[in-house]
Amino acid sequence: MRGDGNTLDQYGSYGRQRRTGGERLWRSFEELEQAPEFRLLAENEFAPGALEREGGPSRRRVLELLGASLALAGAAGCTRQPPEKIVPYVAAPEEVTPGKPLYYATAFLLGKVASGILVESHLGRPTKIEGNPDHPASLGATSPLAQAFVLGLYDPDRSKVVIRHGRISSWVNFLAAAAAERERLLARRGAGFRVLTEPVTSPSLAAALRALLAELPEARWHQYQPLTGDHARQGSRLAFGEPLHVLYRLEQADVIVSLDADLFGAGPAAVRYARDFASRRRPDHPAGMNRLYVVEPAPSVTGAMADHRLALSNRQVELAARALAAGLGLPVSPQADAPAKEWIAAVAADLDRSRGRSLVVAGEHQPPAVHALALAINHQLGNLGRTVFCTPPLEAEPVDQMASLKELVADLAAGRVQTLLILGGNPVYQAPADLGFGEALQRAELRIHLSLYEDETSQLCHWHLPEAHPLEAWSDARAFDGTVTLLQPLIEPLYAGRSALEVVSIFAGRPSQTGEEILREYWRGAAGAADFERWWRSALHDGLVRGSEFPPKPVSLRPDLFARLPEPPAAAPLELSIRPDPAVWDGRFANLAWLQELPKPITKLTWDNAVLLSPATARRLELAGGDLVELSAGGRSVRAPVWILPGHADECVTVHLGYGRTRAGKVATGIGFDAYRLQSSDRPWCTSVQLRRTGERYQLASTQHHHAMEGRRLVREATLAEFRRDPGFAHHGEHPPPADLSLYPPVAYEGYSWGMTIDLNTCLGCGACVIACQAENNIPVVGKDQVARGRAMHWIRIDRYFEGDPSRPAIYHQPVPCMHCDHAPCEVVCPTAATVHSAEGLNQMVYNRCVGTRYCANNCPYKVRRFNFYLYADWSVETLKMLRNPDVTVRSRGVMEKCTYCVQRINRARIAAEREERPIRDGEVVTACQAACPVQAITFGNLNDPAARVAELKKDPRNYGILEELNTRPRTTYLARLRNPNPALERL
Amino acid sequence: MEPERPQDPVATDEEAPVIAPGHTYQTVTDQISAIVLTRKTPREWLLGFTLSFALVMLLLYSIGYLLVAGTGIWGINHPVGWGFAIINFVWWIGIGHAGTLISAILLLLRQEWRTSINRFAEAMTLFAVACAALFPLLHMGRPWLFYWLLPYPNTMGTWPQPRSPLVWDVFAVTTYATVSAMFWFVGMIPDLATLRDRSRRRAAQIIYGILAMGWRGSAKHWHRYETAYLLLAGLATPLVVSVHTVVSFDFSIGIIPGWHATIFPPYFVAGAIYAGFAMVLTLAIPLRALYGLEDFITARHIDNMAKILLATGLIVVYGYLMEAFMAWYSGNEYEWFMIRNRISGPYKACYWALLACNGLAPQLLWFSRVRRNTRLLWLIAIVVGVGMWLERFIIVVTSLHRDFMPSAWGMYYPTAYDWTTYIGTIGLFLALLFLFIRFLPMISIFEMRTIVPPAERRARG
Amino acid sequence: MSQIFHPSTNTISRVSIFGAALLFLGLLWVLYGVNSSAYVTGVGVAVGQPVPFSHKHPVSGIGIDCRYCHSSVEESPVAGLPPTETCMSCHSQIWADSPILEPVRASFRDGRPIEWVRVHDLPGFVYFDHSIHLKKGIGCASCHGRVDQMPLMWKVATLNMEWCLDCHREPERYVRPREEVFNMAWAPPPDQLALGRELVAKYRIRRMTDCSTCHR
Repeated sequence: MRGDGNTLDQYGSYGRQRRTGGERLWRSFEELEQAPEFRLLAENEFAPGALEREGGPSRRRVLELLGASLALAGAAGCTRQPPEKIVPYVAAPEEVTPGKPLYYATAFLLGKVASGILVESHLGRPTKIEGNPDHPASLGATSPLAQAFVLGLYDPDRSKVVIRHGRISSWVNFLAAAAAERERLLARRGAGFRVLTEPVTSPSLAAALRALLAELPEARWHQYQPLTGDHARQGSRLAFGEPLHVLYRLEQADVIVSLDADLFGAGPAAVRYARDFASRRRPDHPAGMNRLYVVEPAPSVTGAMADHRLALSNRQVELAARALAAGLGLPVSPQADAPAKEWIAAVAADLDRSRGRSLVVAGEHQPPAVHALALAINHQLGNLGRTVFCTPPLEAEPVDQMASLKELVADLAAGRVQTLLILGGNPVYQAPADLGFGEALQRAELRIHLSLYEDETSQLCHWHLPEAHPLEAWSDARAFDGTVTLLQPLIEPLYAGRSALEVVSIFAGRPSQTGEEILREYWRGAAGAADFERWWRSALHDGLVRGSEFPPKPVSLRPDLFARLPEPPAAAPLELSIRPDPAVWDGRFANLAWLQELPKPITKLTWDNAVLLSPATARRLELAGGDLVELSAGGRSVRAPVWILPGHADECVTVHLGYGRTRAGKVATGIGFDAYRLQSSDRPWCTSVQLRRTGERYQLASTQHHHAMEGRRLVREATLAEFRRDPGFAHHGEHPPPADLSLYPPVAYEGYSWGMTIDLNTCLGCGACVIACQAENNIPVVGKDQVARGRAMHWIRIDRYFEGDPSRPAIYHQPVPCMHCDHAPCEVVCPTAATVHSAEGLNQMVYNRCVGTRYCANNCPYKVRRFNFYLYADWSVETLKMLRNPDVTVRSRGVMEKCTYCVQRINRARIAAEREERPIRDGEVVTACQAACPVQAITFGNLNDPAARVAELKKDPRNYGILEELNTRPRTTYLARLRNPNPALERL
Repeated sequence: MEPERPQDPVATDEEAPVIAPGHTYQTVTDQISAIVLTRKTPREWLLGFTLSFALVMLLLYSIGYLLVAGTGIWGINHPVGWGFAIINFVWWIGIGHAGTLISAILLLLRQEWRTSINRFAEAMTLFAVACAALFPLLHMGRPWLFYWLLPYPNTMGTWPQPRSPLVWDVFAVTTYATVSAMFWFVGMIPDLATLRDRSRRRAAQIIYGILAMGWRGSAKHWHRYETAYLLLAGLATPLVVSVHTVVSFDFSIGIIPGWHATIFPPYFVAGAIYAGFAMVLTLAIPLRALYGLEDFITARHIDNMAKILLATGLIVVYGYLMEAFMAWYSGNEYEWFMIRNRISGPYKACYWALLACNGLAPQLLWFSRVRRNTRLLWLIAIVVGVGMWLERFIIVVTSLHRDFMPSAWGMYYPTAYDWTTYIGTIGLFLALLFLFIRFLPMISIFEMRTIVPPAERRARG
Repeated sequence: MSQIFHPSTNTISRVSIFGAALLFLGLLWVLYGVNSSAYVTGVGVAVGQPVPFSHKHPVSGIGIDCRYCHSSVEESPVAGLPPTETCMSCHSQIWADSPILEPVRASFRDGRPIEWVRVHDLPGFVYFDHSIHLKKGIGCASCHGRVDQMPLMWKVATLNMEWCLDCHREPERYVRPREEVFNMAWAPPPDQLALGRELVAKYRIRRMTDCSTCHR
């Protein structure tokens, strides 16, 4: 079955052939030559998990197994360590000390917009991504996507060689071909030559392309990526007459209104916005706690944080925006069927009360009108220049990308394009289906595609060029606020890939120029620094060019805005909203198994996308979760499973992009359905759709099946007012056991005593901690089938609860790592003492002593222990071995594992401190989850140090432990959640 | 099945004979030893043995695949970390109780009616324990390291963790297995000697001879024998209570609602005897018919066992009631939810079936007509066997699948390999039993002779 | 009827009964013996290397400090093996053309590293840190023995867990003054325990017997 394809080691052994696609599937030269050792590998039944995947051993092996049964057990008992080789350097590099990691600053790119990261490197192997504290888009934190960046580098499915007409070729051949092509192009001044890129924020790449175009004046440069940002630009053009980029200062705002904007969950600024927002969620903040209103079709990470959330279909969101504008005295005629009038009125009043200290944000997927209205409202409220700033666009050449793509398709169809150079992106898969890009593409005589994977687009191109991963290449990019960020390679390209910059310079006739040379050359000019080398070194070291962010641009509202405001669309019987997937985005991360298995923040689904709809709509359409339906829009249709989501707007369904890949790699190929097929270039994010039941069922793998808290006080919440009245609210109804209630003598934890607090008031449930933990602790991916069987391995589980009316539920997130109980129920029942308490209060898990009775997991009331039911760790794929954290054991089959409070980091800090003969400082030990958390919800430290941040938080009245009545004495505790509702709306 | 025989003695009061009238030493010895030595192997035996042996192969296959692939081939997951393996372990161990109880306790209580059934009850015990002992090993993630549960001098400078009930299990079960094995073998020595003397074939003579350990039946031998047997009985008696008490600790030491209860030890012991006697009946009734042993396993035996079944059944039902009552009376929300979840949760069918099998079915045994109707009794015994398995399923699965954190709740579905392993052990159990009745005296010859009425003893022969 | 067994059977049976018991114990004893033998532990077994390198000459002969080659031993978990460069820094002059050192020169010539065979090989799930042991006053010789007297490298300790715990439980029995850690010849004074206790206090040495000290 499908799920089995992903079971266990998500990649299978290196040599094994992909099952997908009929065409030639080469993985390596050995395979082409069918070298005997390859054939061995290919037939190797015992590649980890092979057995399980084939769903049982072949009949031929039954007898073996019969005999083997007990012999096996005996044999495995006694083993002798095989001799091991040590290979020192011939010439040792200066800065490298074996056994000590180094950190380099570079950037993670989302939609070509940079957010700064620090990459941990062991002996030249990048292993872990951390945020760059100096970088405005990161401030030290990362998104889950950024955490998986390093997995992308080592993905064994990345394309490894140049391919020409589907056969292995080489760069040499391509350079020759490119040189010849260049001559031809020069001859006809570039006529018929097109370059298609994703939007370019890289100053150097833009310069290179401009130079190329100057040389070939007839050539044209098109830009497209699925998340175009066109609507925002058009909205800004409506409002101000020019396409501007809008920035928000959430820490300055008392009242925030999101019109379907997923401020904290999506986009290159999400991490920064979340941090700013959270800074005003603390009740003790001098400026007071902010208030968030969210209007959206499908519950998002942002919606879950809202003090007031209103589920509206896309069309209703637009009507609400108009009503809101009208309510604030703008000359907009509110539609008759505007929804939730009192609600809007209350919000308007609240905004009016906090002029200059509020902001209204329109979602990227909302039509230009909504963006224009939002800007107008901000203008009206005097927020512009206070909480809302307009800057020049981040793209070097801002264009209407959909228009640009349409133009290209038209020219292709008309045969006006001879040579098409596609730099990155995967338009064949990602272009809206109604454009028929794939067919049009094949009209071009020479098609060249540079990309990380040999994907759907490469398949239709004459040349496929392997792209260097951003961690392998030199380049630069702008952050959400325009800050220039330099990207430096951490490792030689694994597969001789080249960067877009280098490929452009091939066409510019300088094939031998390296990315570094090009970059330095460009910035030597652009930096305008007296001492360039100094500038260069500090820019690389800091990972950004200080002071390079865009200055705010003064703007004035166009008087005729409201006259030119397009009318809202007519109501559709059933509305389809299309969104990027929270995990695999627009499909570019689809082959990263970490992200596939990351439970999506609200649905907790893994390994699939689904048709999300509200309980009421499901009832009307007589649908149950897991039903397979056929969605049709614009004459095209897909078959997709249904997932019922409380809090979704009625009469509206949501689907996510990024799935249904036909040529993505072992992980992603063939899973989920392709929502691009429903997308139309005119209304990419919202169309009307027909839904038909097929009567078939489809198994979706969710990590959480029960959504109610059953009245157990796990997440505790109060309104700000209640909290002020009664700060100890979190402790009401507790039955704390007496302090001396134990059969064992009390343990005094002298020295260090580690503990953690998690602030539910700021936790977004975004999942950054989950992936950070996975990367830090070598946690395996188990595949859809195993997740469906309830065997996910994540050490930190983000519980999500719905409470109240399913049409407008309260949504709670609660990250649950190991509680490191002082009276740990797991410890007393382990027969081999494989899990015991440390003198510093850690609940230690000793893998090599574990025999796997699973008694500890059964006896853990928090259910945070994870068992290796199969050999989940991948022992066969070489590149994945490079990814591993050398400080953490790779667990084998049959042992228990769980959160260790990143004990390897504690030990590293302790040894460093002991060597300097000083105690560990507060903040010196930062767990992986804590480091990644965008909102700093997680605090870790030494409880015995009264000055430690964690010790202070433990004294906070909001601090409480869960299931404490069991006398487990958890060391991980929570800070109760607070809401800051609008009294006017509470009454509704 | 057995035809109702007119001459079946119907009197079931104390005076009723425990051996049919008209038997002499000679006839007793002849009839029992003949089964092993002279009588032709019945076709039913061949059929039964073939079937059960096939199941043993199935078991070996399942184990082989388990060791190659890992415990993932079973239905276990988070949160249900224990499934069939532990259920079957407890079930088999329970079944393994009747033997020692009959042999040891009834011996000490001078219940002479035990004599005809104790031998194969003990054998059954032994085989059941053998099946049970498999599971704790197999359910481990790394079974080849089982010896880490034993305290032995090692290079790691570590010891097992004495607070864990699993460590107690190791000792409880191994002790029980050893003692019941010795008890069984010692009890058989005189009969083995008889077989040695009566067998005609050389090989048989030698094998039985070696097993008889040079028994000559001298007064000295008899005297030592009696002492040894009595001592072993004394040793075995506390074990009947201890083993299942310790097994119940596996659960009651745990913190999980549905496990964490002080009632477990007595309730488990009763349940074990209950299941044990059910199994004795399940086997005795057909054997009795197959080998025409009505003279030795008389209606009184059957009747007594049925009564024990009823008594222990009532104790078990009391256990269920107390569990529910305490859950409500304690006012503990988790305990109370656990009971409601059993009654109306996703596994409610199993729970109600359990109550029907263990609670209602045995109530029929209040009627002596039912107790005397071997067919019906046999059915009830089987139903009880199933019920006791369901009880363990309910305890293990429903307690784990929904405990404290609703977010972590899950379901448990057994896989094909769960079933094959379980059925495989049933095959192993039957195969061993078939071999036993074919090659060893399933009824204690010399003990039967002791209960031959004096008048009859000095008959010809 | 005829006797089945010869009278000697009585003796045989008695012997075999007790013999079986003895045999079982014997087996255990053999097992234990094998497990603690050099075959398994590798203690005292000189390990063949691509270059028959002897610590004896450079260390005791010329008196080169351990850190000259194992340069990262004081700041890193791993002591580090010398890059070929380091070897050549001397052997480009001394024994510059001895056939034994050909592999070294070859490595230097075509930049192919020398593949040494690991002598002290801890399992993958054990995390050991050289730097802190030195800092806390555990000498090289305490674990590696008199390397200065080894023509070829071998283990002097089993590296079994009980061996590690032996010191982790009672560090005072093994610690030495920091300035002596690289001194191969240092011998514990008769009042080692007294000295040990003093140093344990001075260096703030704790009994690091938590599992996570070495296992994670």
